[in-house]
Amino acid sequence: MSNNNSYLSNYFHRNGRALGSIGYFVLLMVIFLVGAPEAWIRPNLHQSVFVMMPTLIFLTIPLVFLVASGEIDLSFASTYAVAAYVFALLVKNGVDPAICLVLGIFTGAAIGALVGTLIVVFRLSSLVASLGVLFLLRGVILLLSNSRSITIMEVENHWIYPLLVGNFYGFPMQIFWAAIFVIFCYYFFNKHVFGIHIQHVGDNSVSAEQMGINVNAVKIKAFMFVGIGSAIGGIFTTMITYTFFPTQGFGYLLLALAAVFVGGTPYWGGLGTIIGAVFGVGIIAYMEIGIIAIGWSGEWRQFFNGLIILLALLGHRLHGERVR
Amino acid sequence: MENIIELDNVTKRFGGITALNKASLKVTRGEVVGLIGDNGAGKSTLIKTLVGVYSPDEGDILIRGKKVNAWNALKARESGIETVFQDRALTPQQSIVKNIFMGKELRYPFGFIKEKEQIFEANRLIREIGFTSKLIHAESPVGNLSGGERQGVAIARAIYNKAELIVLDEPTNNLSLNETQKVFDFVLNVKKSNRSVLFIGHNIYHVYDISDRFVILDRGEVVHQLNKNDISTPEELMKIMRDTIGAH
Repeated sequence: MSNNNSYLSNYFHRNGRALGSIGYFVLLMVIFLVGAPEAWIRPNLHQSVFVMMPTLIFLTIPLVFLVASGEIDLSFASTYAVAAYVFALLVKNGVDPAICLVLGIFTGAAIGALVGTLIVVFRLSSLVASLGVLFLLRGVILLLSNSRSITIMEVENHWIYPLLVGNFYGFPMQIFWAAIFVIFCYYFFNKHVFGIHIQHVGDNSVSAEQMGINVNAVKIKAFMFVGIGSAIGGIFTTMITYTFFPTQGFGYLLLALAAVFVGGTPYWGGLGTIIGAVFGVGIIAYMEIGIIAIGWSGEWRQFFNGLIILLALLGHRLHGERVR
Repeated sequence: MENIIELDNVTKRFGGITALNKASLKVTRGEVVGLIGDNGAGKSTLIKTLVGVYSPDEGDILIRGKKVNAWNALKARESGIETVFQDRALTPQQSIVKNIFMGKELRYPFGFIKEKEQIFEANRLIREIGFTSKLIHAESPVGNLSGGERQGVAIARAIYNKAELIVLDEPTNNLSLNETQKVFDFVLNVKKSNRSVLFIGHNIYHVYDISDRFVILDRGEVVHQLNKNDISTPEELMKIMRDTIGAH
């Protein structure tokens, strides 16, 4: 019997945070369903959530890796726009969009590597340093693009468009790719050396170093992964809307961070949950759209976003404080 | 009995200070050697030389009877010498299995982890070194374990890393009586498996209880070596220590 208890308690130790955010998601659904049943059964409400969710997933899930490694990044919201800018500019100049896609993602990875190296090598605070990069890169984009947007209707005629963001019998392809990304990341975080080392490094970097893990390399790779995720998110959104605009991505900054923490990944490093983050994204996305759907004014949105972050933090606290 | 490692007249200097002066010490297979000495006696230099952090300025290091040149940490590990650091180098929020395999995970191609094999091996290791509680298994988080049990995880990891000689640096520091006993049980199991332990401690009683042989260090010199059979009480050991230290 005690044996069962132990397995059960270990199961909760490993999955409690994910289960918590699933619980919040279900609760939120029930509230909206009761609050506005007629709006809730209309499919176009869910469709607009599904347009938003993939982008938020590409941004949020890599952040789980980074936060679990004991760091944070705010610059991703600008990396998102830089990668989209590179993509749109090249497409506009007649480069094959598939190549533009690869170059855009490469740009994201390179920015991530630079930010990570800067922070790790000079031992800077990742919060403050990445805040600096956030503004710096945004400034660069505004200057380079003269604050003008770029429209790339031509991308629609290329084969990557239907493959990546097209409609497959009414089903948006970006959801399919986001789902693949989630599954990949789940294994990458939980069953791959990369994810396991990230957890060790975020838990106790001195111990990790003593056992031969290259702490700096692990952290820089985590920053790169955030850069790659942001680039994918930015390019997908640009393709869906056929437009790059210089302020794009800024709106996702706080939403993606909120999704990480509402999803149950603690801020102190060493732990993280991919499944939790997916439901964190769901909560944030439905919050953004659901408030309007139940007939409340948009002013309430931020209020409820704040409320849910606080409630989620309080709830996740039930899964215990940090052990040392 | 085979000598796992032997230090022969090893001298180590830092600038003008001689931290180790012609120190000789050997550890044979399956024995527990207790290293005692006051603060500043050179214990820490001796350990660091033993595990290859320092290489000696003079004297030889012999592994299983053969002289080794250019002694370093990598060679020490390859020779089966593993240190359990004072802070144990654990990550408390992670499971026992993750800690045992930290940095040396069993991998499939492309870096995915052989989870089932790791869990099986970790369970075997912790049972081998003497974890008896059914509440503790490979997937328990290390943070839920007591101080002595955490020491056990670090020892299990050393065994997984093919240790022939495990160097325990103050393993019973800050541990309760009960927890100290657990560490002793782990050490006895290591000994039973025909591996050796070098046990460094402040507490003479702890060192006396667990060791087969004692090495007393003072001002960088090995001033006395004796077998457990030569004495009958920890007080006797204490007296020998008092008489030898400072007398030479």
